[in-house]
Amino acid sequence: MKPETGERRRERLDRGIKVRTEGIYAISSWEEMNYLLVPRLALIVGMLILPLAMPSMYWQRVISIVCIYALLALGFDFLAHFVGLVSLGGALFIGVGGYLAAILNTSLGFPIAVTIPIATIGGAIICTLLLLPALPLRGVYFAIVTLMYPLVLLRIIEALNILGGTEGILGVASFPNRWVEQYLIILMVIVSLFGLRRLVNQDVGLVFRGVKDNDQAVKASGLSITLYKSIAVFIASGLGCLGGAFLAHIYMWAGISQFALDFSILPIAATVIGGGGTLVGPIVGCLILVPISELLRAFGTLRIVFYALILTAFIVVRSEGLMVYAQRKYHQFERWVRV
Amino acid sequence: MDILIYGTINSFSLALMAIGFTLVYGISRLPNFAHGALYVVTGFLVWSFISILGVHYIAGIILSLVITGLLGAAIYQFVLIRVRGMATSEIIASYAIGLAILEGFRWGGFKGMTYTLPVFIEGSIEIAGVPVDLQRIIVVGIGAVVVAFLWLFTHYNKIGLALRGMAQDERAAMMLGIDSDMMALVAMALGSILAGLAAIALLPLGNIVVEAGYRVLILAIAVCIVGGLGSWGGAVLAAFIIGFAQIITVAYIASHFHIVVALLAIIITLILRPSGLFGRQKELEERV
Repeated sequence: MKPETGERRRERLDRGIKVRTEGIYAISSWEEMNYLLVPRLALIVGMLILPLAMPSMYWQRVISIVCIYALLALGFDFLAHFVGLVSLGGALFIGVGGYLAAILNTSLGFPIAVTIPIATIGGAIICTLLLLPALPLRGVYFAIVTLMYPLVLLRIIEALNILGGTEGILGVASFPNRWVEQYLIILMVIVSLFGLRRLVNQDVGLVFRGVKDNDQAVKASGLSITLYKSIAVFIASGLGCLGGAFLAHIYMWAGISQFALDFSILPIAATVIGGGGTLVGPIVGCLILVPISELLRAFGTLRIVFYALILTAFIVVRSEGLMVYAQRKYHQFERWVRV
Repeated sequence: MDILIYGTINSFSLALMAIGFTLVYGISRLPNFAHGALYVVTGFLVWSFISILGVHYIAGIILSLVITGLLGAAIYQFVLIRVRGMATSEIIASYAIGLAILEGFRWGGFKGMTYTLPVFIEGSIEIAGVPVDLQRIIVVGIGAVVVAFLWLFTHYNKIGLALRGMAQDERAAMMLGIDSDMMALVAMALGSILAGLAAIALLPLGNIVVEAGYRVLILAIAVCIVGGLGSWGGAVLAAFIIGFAQIITVAYIASHFHIVVALLAIIITLILRPSGLFGRQKELEERV
């Protein structure tokens, strides 16, 4: 007999298997091990067979773009939900990484194996230095500064006609073949995802969360907040610059469109749709949004309108996102209890 | 002399752009990243009223201001109110709305030289040997009137006083029976109208383009940060500093560096004095 609506509420409890797999009992039986392994393996295997499953060269290229956006979105999610910094300028990271890789490759003649690591590390250093003034502050300053940089850098490159001006830098080397291109970036996404998940559960991850939730406590513990924020920005911008370097090599070109708004808004939309704070969510979000955006390519900048509206709708109506919902269903069961 | 006159005009235009943003932030702690979009929306509305519907200029301006105010209120009432207090969501939501509006206009083919507003009065006069368009004089006039009006409004009007109360201490204001959501709604509508007013004063000097939305947003933010976020007096003073700095840069270095001035101003302020010129006791709050 069901109680009346006013007298009951829904109760959520962790499944027994979830509690068991958190400790040493995780290896007690195949059931427990599968409970842990299946979701992870599903993601990894799914990502690895994606390029094989794509019908044409064009869609294989789309997979690479998905991965670039996924790197950016991972960085955004990490910064926003684990460190408390909202970055509105993913395009800054992509642009710096892309231009750096292009310059290293065309002017100095380094091969891809050298340009990508240098562009990643060097780009991360440049971005961290650029954003450093906003780091000791709380509040909206970081968002404002990250919003401004891509817009202003774009203007500067256009106006001063440096770095190839509006035409960009042409003739960047491409990858030896498309399989290398795709599997390299897919591996990068998987490694970054699991690496970041590790990181946020280490001691340093705890400090990051402390910076987000209660910076006074972190400060009282004698830790420098600015230092930890810089480390976090370094990591996130490194991911973005890696994506930018890949982008420059994939399109054999670096230009001002790498400072375009797409790179700022799409990762945010993907994170909100996929579920912020899960780190898997942004990747799932990118897997959904980027192909849709490719289908809408004919509509030009209407795509940005489309992401922005989806983003607003999700943030207002369903702010938890897909993966948070999925994880809840996977780990917990619900039942009605009498109040 | 050129620098003095054009610097003053530029400063007043910056103050006009920034005052709406700083009003909303000061009262409801809501960074309105849709500010630039509202600016462009008003320009577009006035243009379509005049050119498509053939409404009289003044009537078109008033109608557009009302619509922009309602739009701002609607953005608050239907979207931002639900995410208030969640800093991340506030920023993302207002940014997304602004982006949707601006890029929507861009998609609608809203660019190029075709979209211009007529100036209020044709002609120019000479001040101390420097020719100045009458429109630019009007910009200064509107800027001065707006600043004076806001000062009077917030000192001698019940709603204005309530807004100031909210800005100083939201909880105490609520305790005294001030409806915080209602006031934030009013602030948002007023901020949007001010953005629209800036558009009406400044757009006749150029074309209505989508990029103007981003430019106005950047300049408004720069002015607000230099003046101290949420401080109105600071915003006006900062508008003068940045305004003159820009004109001097253009006169002595190169006009390309126009936009860089704003960025540099922000960076220098954040390094030296993060709470801005007039940030009220926020050093404790915002500096970690």
